[in-house]
Amino acid sequence: MQSQTYNYKVVRQFAIMTVVWGIVGMLVGVIVAAQLVWPELNVAEWLHFGRLRPLHTNAVIFAFGGCALFATSYYCVQRTCHTRLFAPGLAAFTFWGWQLIIVLAAITLPLGWTSGKEYAELEWPIDILITLVWVSYAIVFFGTIGTRKTTHIYVANWFYGAFILTVALLHLVNSAEVPVSLGKSYSAYAGVQDAMIQWWYGHNAVGFFLTAGFLGMMYYFVPKQAGRPVYSYRLSVVHFWALIFTYMWAGPHHLHYTALPDWTQSIGMVFSLILLAPSWGGMINGIMTLSGAWHKLRTDPILKFLITSLSFYGMSTFEGPMMSIKTVNALSHYTDWTVGHVHSGALGWVAMVSIGAMYYLIPRMYGKTEMYSTKLITTHFWIATIGIVLYIASMWISGVMQGLMWRATNPDGTLTYSFVESVKASYPFWAIRVLGGVLFLTGMLIMFYNMIKTIAGQKAYEAPVLAPAGAHA
Amino acid sequence: MDINDARTVVTVLGFVCFIGISLWAFSGRARKGFDEAALLPFSEDDLPAPDAGRQTKEGNKNG
Repeated sequence: MQSQTYNYKVVRQFAIMTVVWGIVGMLVGVIVAAQLVWPELNVAEWLHFGRLRPLHTNAVIFAFGGCALFATSYYCVQRTCHTRLFAPGLAAFTFWGWQLIIVLAAITLPLGWTSGKEYAELEWPIDILITLVWVSYAIVFFGTIGTRKTTHIYVANWFYGAFILTVALLHLVNSAEVPVSLGKSYSAYAGVQDAMIQWWYGHNAVGFFLTAGFLGMMYYFVPKQAGRPVYSYRLSVVHFWALIFTYMWAGPHHLHYTALPDWTQSIGMVFSLILLAPSWGGMINGIMTLSGAWHKLRTDPILKFLITSLSFYGMSTFEGPMMSIKTVNALSHYTDWTVGHVHSGALGWVAMVSIGAMYYLIPRMYGKTEMYSTKLITTHFWIATIGIVLYIASMWISGVMQGLMWRATNPDGTLTYSFVESVKASYPFWAIRVLGGVLFLTGMLIMFYNMIKTIAGQKAYEAPVLAPAGAHA
Repeated sequence: MDINDARTVVTVLGFVCFIGISLWAFSGRARKGFDEAALLPFSEDDLPAPDAGRQTKEGNKNG
C-alpha cells in the first residue's frame, strides 16, 4: 500500500487548465460585454457578438467549470475512497479529449458552426467526441468508487456521480440530430417538443452541471478547509435526493408564455418553487459547517471564497424560483435581469467555489502546504466580490427598467416606448457591467500570477495512498 | 393501460420513494453510518510533508 500513490497528475493538469480557461472564457465575456457598449468592436464576422457569445458561455461553463469539476472530482473520489484512480489511461484520455473539445469549440464557434441550441451549440462531430470523453469519465469515476477501500461512499461523491450520469443523459437526448454535412446538423425533434427538450437539457445543465457537481465540491472542500465535518450529514442525504427528484421538472419555466401548453408551464413553475427547499437546505448545511469556527473566516481567504460562494448560491436559488413565477417572469423574461441572475449564480457561486477549491488544490499538487501569497488570495477575493456586485446590480436595474419600458402603454393602447429607446436607456448599465467583468477578470489574472509563483521550481508531487483508519475500513 | 397512467404511476412512486428515503435518513438506524461517513474527508491528512516538493531558493514566501 505504501508504495502506491494517488493519481495527482490528471488532477494537476485539470487544475491548471481551470485557471487558464477561466481567464480565456472571462476575457471573451468582457469582449462581448464591451461590444454591447461599443458596437464598432464587432470588427469581423468571426468576432461578431453573435459568434463570440456562445464561445464565452461554452468556455466558462464547459472549459473553466468543466476542468474544475474534473480536477476536484478526481481528487475527492481518490481521497475519500482511499484508492488510486481507476483506469489511468482513460483518465488521461478525459484530460486530452476535453482539451481537444475546447479547442475545437474555440475554432468552430467563431466560424459559425452551430446547431443553434443554447449551451449545446457544438456540432455533431464534437458531440460524438464529448460522448466518448464523458463515458470514459464515468468509467474512471465509478470504477474508483467500485474499488474503494472504505465502507461508505462520501456524500460529495454522490453529487459528483449524479452530475456525471445526468449530464450523459442530457447530452445524449438533446444532441440527437441529423447530420447533413461535416459542419451542419438538424435537431431530431421539431416545434415545441424541440423547445421543451432543449430547456429540459438547458435547465438541468444548470441543475446538474452547474449545481450538483459544484455541490459535490462544496461538500468536500468546505469541511476540509474549515477543518470540521459537514454540519448535518443527514441533511446532506435528504438534500441530495430532494434535488435529484425535483430538478428534472423545472425546465418549462424557460418557456413561459410560449406555445408550450399552459399546464406544462405551471408544472415548471411549481417545481421551481419547490426547489427553493433543497437549495437552501444545502446552502445552510454548507454555511453552518463553519458554526463554532466563524473566526476562521476573518483570516482565511480560501474560506471567504467558499462561504461567499454559498451566500451567492442561496441568493440566486431564491431569485430563480421567484423569477419562475409566471407573473414575475412576464416582467423579467428576455431582459437583463435574466443575465444578472445567471451571473450571480455563475460568478458568485460556481466561479467562487471553484476558485476556493483551486487555491486548496494547487499547492497540494506540488507538495506545498499553501499558495505563494495568501495576501494575493485576499486581494483576489475582494476584487472579484466587487466585480460581481457591480455586474449583478447593474443588470437588475437595467433588466427591471427594460421590462417596465416594454410593457408601458399609452391611454390609447399604443406602446409608450419603441424598443430602441430601451436599448438607449440601457447603455450606462452595460458600461457598469463591463467594469464589473474587468474586475472579475483582473482577479483571475492575480490568481494566475499566484499559481505560477506557487509552482515555480517545485516538482510535481504524488501523495502516498494510505489505508483508511479504524471505523472506515 | 394508457401511457399517461404509467407516467402518473412513476410520478407517485418517485414521491413515495423520496418520502421513504427521508424517513430512513431521520431514523436511528442510519445514524451510525452517517456519523462514520461524515468523517471520511478526515480519515487521512492530505497536507504534504513540508519537504515533499523541492523548495525554491527563497523558500515558501507566504504573507
